[in-house]
Amino acid sequence: MAAADQHSGHEGHHTTTGISHNKLLMWSFLASDCMFFGSLIMMYMVYRPEMTDLGGLGPNDLLDIPFSSLMTFVLLMSSLAFVLGLSSLQRGNEAGMRIWLTTTALLGLLFLGGESFEYMKFYGEGLSIGENIFGTAYFVTTGFHKIHVGIGVIWLLGIVAMSYRGRVPKERSEMVEIAGLYWHFVDIVWIVIFTFIFLVPYR
Amino acid sequence: MAQAVAAREEQLDRWAVIWDWITTSDHKKIGLLYFWTSLAFFFVGGFLALGVRSQLVVPNSAMMSPEVYNQFFTMHALVMIFLALMPMSAAFFNFIIPLQIGARDVAFPRLNSFSYWVYLFGGLLLCSGFLFGAAPDIGWTGYTSLSSSQYTPGMSGDFYVMGLQVLGFSTVAAGLNFFVTIVNMRAPGMSLMRMPAFVWMSLVTFVLILLAFPALAIALFALMMDRNFDTVFFSAADGSVVMWQHLFWIFGHPEVYILILPAFGIISEVLPTFSRKPLFGYSFVVFSGITIAFLGFGVWVHHMFTVGMGPIPNMVFATTTMLIAIPTGVKILNWLATLWGGSIRLTTAMLFAVAFVGMFTIGGISGVMHAAVPIDYWQHDTYFIVAHLHYVLFGGTMFGLIAGIYYWFPKMFGRYMNEAMGKWHFWLTLIGFNLTFFPMHFLGVDGMPRRIYTYPSDFGWELWNLVATIGAYLLGFATLLLVINLIKSIRAGQAAPNDPWDARTLEWTTTSPPQKHNFDRTPQVRARDDFWDQKYNRTGEDAEAEGPEEHIHLPPGSYIPLLVAFGLMLLGAGIIFTLWLSVIGGIILTVGLFAWAFEPND
Repeated sequence: MAAADQHSGHEGHHTTTGISHNKLLMWSFLASDCMFFGSLIMMYMVYRPEMTDLGGLGPNDLLDIPFSSLMTFVLLMSSLAFVLGLSSLQRGNEAGMRIWLTTTALLGLLFLGGESFEYMKFYGEGLSIGENIFGTAYFVTTGFHKIHVGIGVIWLLGIVAMSYRGRVPKERSEMVEIAGLYWHFVDIVWIVIFTFIFLVPYR
Repeated sequence: MAQAVAAREEQLDRWAVIWDWITTSDHKKIGLLYFWTSLAFFFVGGFLALGVRSQLVVPNSAMMSPEVYNQFFTMHALVMIFLALMPMSAAFFNFIIPLQIGARDVAFPRLNSFSYWVYLFGGLLLCSGFLFGAAPDIGWTGYTSLSSSQYTPGMSGDFYVMGLQVLGFSTVAAGLNFFVTIVNMRAPGMSLMRMPAFVWMSLVTFVLILLAFPALAIALFALMMDRNFDTVFFSAADGSVVMWQHLFWIFGHPEVYILILPAFGIISEVLPTFSRKPLFGYSFVVFSGITIAFLGFGVWVHHMFTVGMGPIPNMVFATTTMLIAIPTGVKILNWLATLWGGSIRLTTAMLFAVAFVGMFTIGGISGVMHAAVPIDYWQHDTYFIVAHLHYVLFGGTMFGLIAGIYYWFPKMFGRYMNEAMGKWHFWLTLIGFNLTFFPMHFLGVDGMPRRIYTYPSDFGWELWNLVATIGAYLLGFATLLLVINLIKSIRAGQAAPNDPWDARTLEWTTTSPPQKHNFDRTPQVRARDDFWDQKYNRTGEDAEAEGPEEHIHLPPGSYIPLLVAFGLMLLGAGIIFTLWLSVIGGIILTVGLFAWAFEPND
């Protein structure tokens, strides 16, 4: 489709760039969100050298990399499910879209569940949010990410509910695409967090 | 009987008008709401400034207690920066940008109304600290450990954190909205390099807002967690005290460009119009603006030279800070060259614009002075800094905004402002401003620390403090003239035509004040300064500049943005008072967001 022929999602106005207002809003919001996460992760990285000797309550004692890898896999698979859902809708298969988007949301919930399980485990071992700098930085950084995942899950289920009422036809697939931009972004952020908080060794 | 009915109808009518303003999604009405609200807050900030100056007029003064004094200077800064200057710029963003790019509204009208209401509620939340005798008293920078719960227990620190956090939502929402508006809603033919300079500088401002405000939001979020939920981000024992300063200034330095760039834009409209010449070196003005924004993210450590990070970081950031003077100097040259050889009309707007160039240059030069690390060690936290920042924020931003008021007033209200009174206002402001802030340079190099509550009589600071206070009162009086002029001109000013200044850009093609849908037909843009080109360069069929008639669709008003904004404010207020408020606010916010998503918007 020629870019100039595209119209914005909700009002059919012509736009200068050919990208709809809604989509451009999402892209610029994500740019801004990068800086939100960037500030948090930057703080974490600055505090990282202080985390090696925390008397049994540091990352080397607590982080469970195999388990987190599994959760990371779950979250990445949710992105795959999303792509399949979007592609179903673009081919006019609304029921397929609903199934795949529900799968995406369930995988997101599984991720949240797994991460919450880890929270409980850490807390059980004595790491509270105010215990030391690792507790503070770990819970707040990953917690901020979890809020994002949670909002994404609600958004996806909202789309599924609207689709049941026939309000997400093929022609409005862009609204699903925009939700996807958000969902994939949140996944990518997790890859960064997983790398810098979990994988890179603490020395 | 008939009278009673008539009175009742009039009352109903009044309610309808109020309801219309509350639910409006018209960018011009929202612009006016911003305008009057920011002017009101400007007076609050001015009142606080006079309080500070009155306390300092004589040595060993005990006019107010140190606690109240701390609240006064902290709130003066917060009110002026976040509640007066930025929203005054927002008033012009709202009113002028859609007109200048030939659009009928902003991209997201309801989001726009949300931004305004969050600004109003957040501003009231921040100021309500005074009602509890607990306004923020930690300086506008809120440095830890001073702002940690250990040293500032109680509500005053929470008012700082939550007030600014709520206001941040307003700013980011507006930044997103206007970024999309400028990128996506330009009239056909208006390529990026044909955009008016004000639109360009605003676009750069929005990019800065989107990339800089997150750092403040995260810093405030971490401080909130520290103060209320026992985390240790900024604790001296476990975390890092200096971390706050880094985050704050990564936001704080771009913030000063967020404050000054819109004024740059206004000046770049006013000077060409009243010189009857195109802006000299338009593309240099544009690209130097972009360069300033880019470099603005790489200079934050110059606020922290005395922290003790060592010579290497200090040298690097001293260099980047000096670099940033180059694009700024380019702009000043462009403005001067715009004036050169023009047929200049010294209207009040033009006077303020020319004074802007002079005053901002003084502020810029004193800024480059403390870019040099050794000199900064001497000047750090003295009145020299206070002098510098007021020369750029008042002599720069505020002069620019006042020039904008005089320039766009005929477009906004359909009448001229009184020029004679305007010139009184200008000269009193210029004299009062320099009387107030120039002596602070001397006080600073004499070692008077900023934020000091009082001072002994044998330091030789009495004279300049007295002069500064006299100047401040003069400045306050001059600003009263502005308000009197505004009110009188709205009531009985001389009616203004569509194009009162023989100006250059699209906002002057429509009626004054603009009709609800701005333009009958979407303008077709064929040149930079298109309106000027239309008036003087095009002939015959070439002058057929407007597009075909079209169906005009305007979105209806909505009360939901107000509701969501209120919920957001309660959510923040709950952290200060009791968490139950947060729960109620959260419920209102959630319900409001769903209502927003499903509200028919066509």
